[in-house]
Amino acid sequence: MTIKLGVPSKGRLMEKTFDWFGARGVMLERTGSDREYAGAVSGVEGVELVLLSAGEIPRELAAGRIHLGVTGTDLIQEKLAHWDQQVEPVAELGFGHADLIIAVPACWVDVDTLDDLDAAAAAFRTTHGFRMRIATKYHRLVRDFLRDSGVADYQLVDSQGATEGTVKNLTAEAIADITSTGETLRANHLKILSDGLVLKSQATLWRSRVTALSGAERAAMKALLAKVG
Amino acid sequence: MPNRAEIIAEAQRLRARFEAQGAQVVQTPVLQSAETLLDLYGEDIRGRAYVTADPLHGEQMLRPDFTVPVVQMHMAEGAEPARYTYSGAVFRRQEENPERDSEYLQVGYELFDRADPAACEAEVFTEISAALEGLSLRAATGDIGLLMAAVDGLETTERRKAALRRHIWRPRRFRALLDRFSGRVPVPASRAALLAAKTPMTHDIPHVGLRGEAEIAARIDALREDASAAPLSGRQVDLIEALLNVRETLPFALEQLRDIAVDLPSIQAAVDGLAARCDALSARGVDIETLEFEGSYGRTSMEYYDGFVFGLYAEGRPDLPPVATGGRYDALTAALGGGTGIPAVGAVIRPGLVLRLREGRG
Repeated sequence: MTIKLGVPSKGRLMEKTFDWFGARGVMLERTGSDREYAGAVSGVEGVELVLLSAGEIPRELAAGRIHLGVTGTDLIQEKLAHWDQQVEPVAELGFGHADLIIAVPACWVDVDTLDDLDAAAAAFRTTHGFRMRIATKYHRLVRDFLRDSGVADYQLVDSQGATEGTVKNLTAEAIADITSTGETLRANHLKILSDGLVLKSQATLWRSRVTALSGAERAAMKALLAKVG
Repeated sequence: MPNRAEIIAEAQRLRARFEAQGAQVVQTPVLQSAETLLDLYGEDIRGRAYVTADPLHGEQMLRPDFTVPVVQMHMAEGAEPARYTYSGAVFRRQEENPERDSEYLQVGYELFDRADPAACEAEVFTEISAALEGLSLRAATGDIGLLMAAVDGLETTERRKAALRRHIWRPRRFRALLDRFSGRVPVPASRAALLAAKTPMTHDIPHVGLRGEAEIAARIDALREDASAAPLSGRQVDLIEALLNVRETLPFALEQLRDIAVDLPSIQAAVDGLAARCDALSARGVDIETLEFEGSYGRTSMEYYDGFVFGLYAEGRPDLPPVATGGRYDALTAALGGGTGIPAVGAVIRPGLVLRLREGRG
């Protein structure tokens, strides 16, 4: 049997992951046609490449269907309850940096902290008759963060893309989303709360804690970790 | 471990007991309106309840407790006074405590009555205790109404009191507000800058979103008003602390609270209510000399209780959730009734735990 390594199947994240492993003597490549999700590994024995959507890698690690996987801290913590019991970080890859933050309209000159957001939410609910809407796709992380911060009278509305546009489109009053440079936020007239950092994320190599390894697999894991760990 | 059939039989036995005491048996649907529960408890309930959906009815929740549907049913068609009992499964997500059950049975006893609150509270407490007689249980009691009355009586602005009332059930936020209102923590730099600005609304940032300029201006006015108000005195904060730190058997707790009421007269009526409850419990044969009272009990896990609160715990089993919990929830009936509420006291028993404790003992 082989060690299964899950890597994002598309785009810059895949290319940068391939580069990172390559720099450590483990060559990853896609094989077959451009559209076929098949890959090959050289430079280390007994490792198989599995190309997956980055969003599915947490689930596959937790189920033990892959032994190692590359994905963001944000996705691991959003998708897995008690994530630290199911996976452990092996190495931070130094790219894919992104912060999950809470942002509000820049014109809200009265709101700079979570304390302000909570007070504004209470007044908003009284005025408009519904709880202040925060658009996000990171429901669990944001809900836990706001609960621990003591923010009430808000609701999370699901937004799977173009989240920064929801405020202008009047489908949300604030957002919780990933940002790297903050440019999209500024372009949409939003600002980050000064204590509104939910999580700092980057592409990370994770090891599943739930897989049992055979003798040959253990040797392959050891050889791989010696190069990249 | 008891099996499901045994737990159902125990639930029916308990329900029949309450029925024999004059309670009417009621049924409620498993699927509840997610909107109602979310508006009551806030977004946090999503972390504790199962949400499901279909394209026709939208979001629904698997019943996380019976109280809300029983209150709704009573408001719609109930006569007064009323006693209800029910049994059935409730569903709770257990991400924080994976070893706990996410589906379990509850048997409840709820009393809706405008007369003699102390007698109603004593009735629910003793009915529940009597149904669990023979188990080695420790009772914990508290009274959220004392803290609410204390906040009402603080010598500070209405706005600050409203903010504290809103966070009664979030102890950390409540604490942070007390610290800020009493000047124990510095004003955040961004707040100070905003307050120092003569015309903070004059800027060239485009307006986006539904929250209007008038709302922003109103909040700035509120912040200015707050900044010009005197800080909450350290003595008053100490009184709140003293109230929350009371942890005694009932007679001693009552004595301490009477002392606090000398400096904080707004809690006098709530303290008198506690004294009346002691009398009512004694009249029903409860030994109040050994009954514990905690000033902060029920603030974190029982969001809708706003007066008397209690829990019955298995002695020597801190790993188990309480076998029974209950209390007064007048404000919940008012929230569900659109302003018109009815005084209500109720409690639930977990028959699965009752059986586990009986098995463990013999």
